This record gives sequence, structure tokens and C-alpha cells, in this order.
Amino acid sequence: MRHVYTWIGILIVVFFSVVGDVLMARAMKQVGDVHELWRRSGLWSVVGRVLTNSNFFLGVTAMAVAFFSLLFALSWGDVSLVAPAAASLTFIGNAFAAKIFLHEKVDRRRWIAAVLVAAGVALLAG
Amino acid sequence: MTFRKYLVLAGVTVFAAAGDSMLSYGMKQTGSISIHHLQGLVLAVLNPYVAVGILLLLAFFASYMNALSWADLTYVLPATSLGYVLLALVAKFALHEQISLLRWLGIALISGGVGFVAGGPALTHQESPAVPKGANDDGTAGAAAHNRANALRGAKAPLFHEKAES
Repeated sequence: MRHVYTWIGILIVVFFSVVGDVLMARAMKQVGDVHELWRRSGLWSVVGRVLTNSNFFLGVTAMAVAFFSLLFALSWGDVSLVAPAAASLTFIGNAFAAKIFLHEKVDRRRWIAAVLVAAGVALLAG
Repeated sequence: MTFRKYLVLAGVTVFAAAGDSMLSYGMKQTGSISIHHLQGLVLAVLNPYVAVGILLLLAFFASYMNALSWADLTYVLPATSLGYVLLALVAKFALHEQISLLRWLGIALISGGVGFVAGGPALTHQESPAVPKGANDDGTAGAAAHNRANALRGAKAPLFHEKAES
């Protein structure tokens, strides 16, 4: 039963991490290329555009929820399982979410990369 | 890809790795924090390693957001994973820790994955499947595709050509 709780915790962490990353990516795409914006209208225009973007705040909120649920998951399960499992599943989840919600062209090259990185992170952190 | 953009990706990698390790080093000094003694959190911030770690993670977040403004999420994320490789190498060569065979395998897998993504375009969009081939041999998605994507979103950002600055 303890295993079930640990994995539910991991899945909650992965879910909110993916939601946070996708919302942040969408927010920054709406803001536009920061380098170009900075050069044309200055730093404060960049800051203003970020701070008036609702996706940015939703993304930060989701990331904060992911962080605190990670803390809780760590208290339920072992660090050596929870941390690498959450990190590597987030990579896979992000590849799916980026394809579905951000319409990124996740081709075979990027799928292979996501799987390789996820496996590597699991090995390194485990 | 301009040189400055490569710097931003390097910043994502380095700031994440350095911030995490400073934070973990500092938190081991301050000891564990229980949910009933949250004032421990305030004390933890006073630890110089924790404070520098937080600043580094803020720098990470700024460069992460910067990168997401001109590159795909699936392009930027492998760059953050390179931080794990960096940490392992620092542990090996600066701290002289032993690295097991499995960890070397992990390093190889992550590096291979990053290589796969880095060889492709930074920005892709399904709405514009015909990214002009050969127009940007340096690996960028093509300013044309980027501009078209902006136009589809209602052109919040005025059109520009990335090529001009590189």
C-alpha cells in the first residue's frame, strides 16, 4: 500500500511540473523573443509583458504546487525512488504535452532524445 | 542561433546545477526542517550557501524563461538535463568522488539525448509544416516559420528576421 501512495505522489508531482512547464512555455511564446523585445523597447517592456501575462502566473503557481508536492512525496517514499522517477517521467510527460498543447513538432529525433534523457536522469539520480 | 542564445542555454545548464548544489550543501548545514517548526525555513535563508543557491536558481529561472521565448519546450528541457552531467563531472574531478559504471551510462545517455535535439531546429510549429529547407543551415528553425507563427497568434510581436542579427 505504501508503494501505491509513493507512486500517486510521484504522478502528482509529474502532473504539476508538466502543467507548469507548458504554461510557462506558452507564456513566453506570447511574450515573444526576449532578445528582440529588449533591444527594441528596453528591459522594462520585457518585464511588463511577462508580468501582465496570466499564463505566467498560472505556470508559476503550478510549479510551486509541484515543488511542495515533491516535498510531501519525499516524506512518503525514498529519495532514491521519488526524485529520479519524478524527474525522468517529467521529461516524457513534457514531450507529450508539448506536442498536444504547444503544437511543437516532436519528431522522432526529439522522442529519442526525451527517452534517452529520461533514462539517463533515472540512472544518474538513482 | 546567435552566440548570445547559446550563452542563455549555457546559463540554463550552469545556473540550475550550481544553484541546486549550493542549496543542498547549505540545507545539509542547517539541518532538517519539520512542518511544526517553520521558523527553521527563515533561519535556512540566512545561511550564505542557501542564499547564494536561491540567487542562482533565480538566475536559472530568468535564463529558462528567456530560452522559452525563442525555443521549443522540448528543445530547452534537454539543456537543463545537461546540468546533471555537469554535477557528476564536478563530483568526479573537483570533489574526487567515485562515479559508478551505471552513472557513467547515465551521463552518456543524457549527452546522447542532448546531441539528438541540438542537431535539429530550435523552434518548430505544426501550423507551419513547410520549414524552408536549406534556408537556415545553422540549425535555426527559420525566421520565416517563426514570423508566420507570430502572425497566426495575432502578431503580438512585430515581425523580424533573426538572420539579420546573427
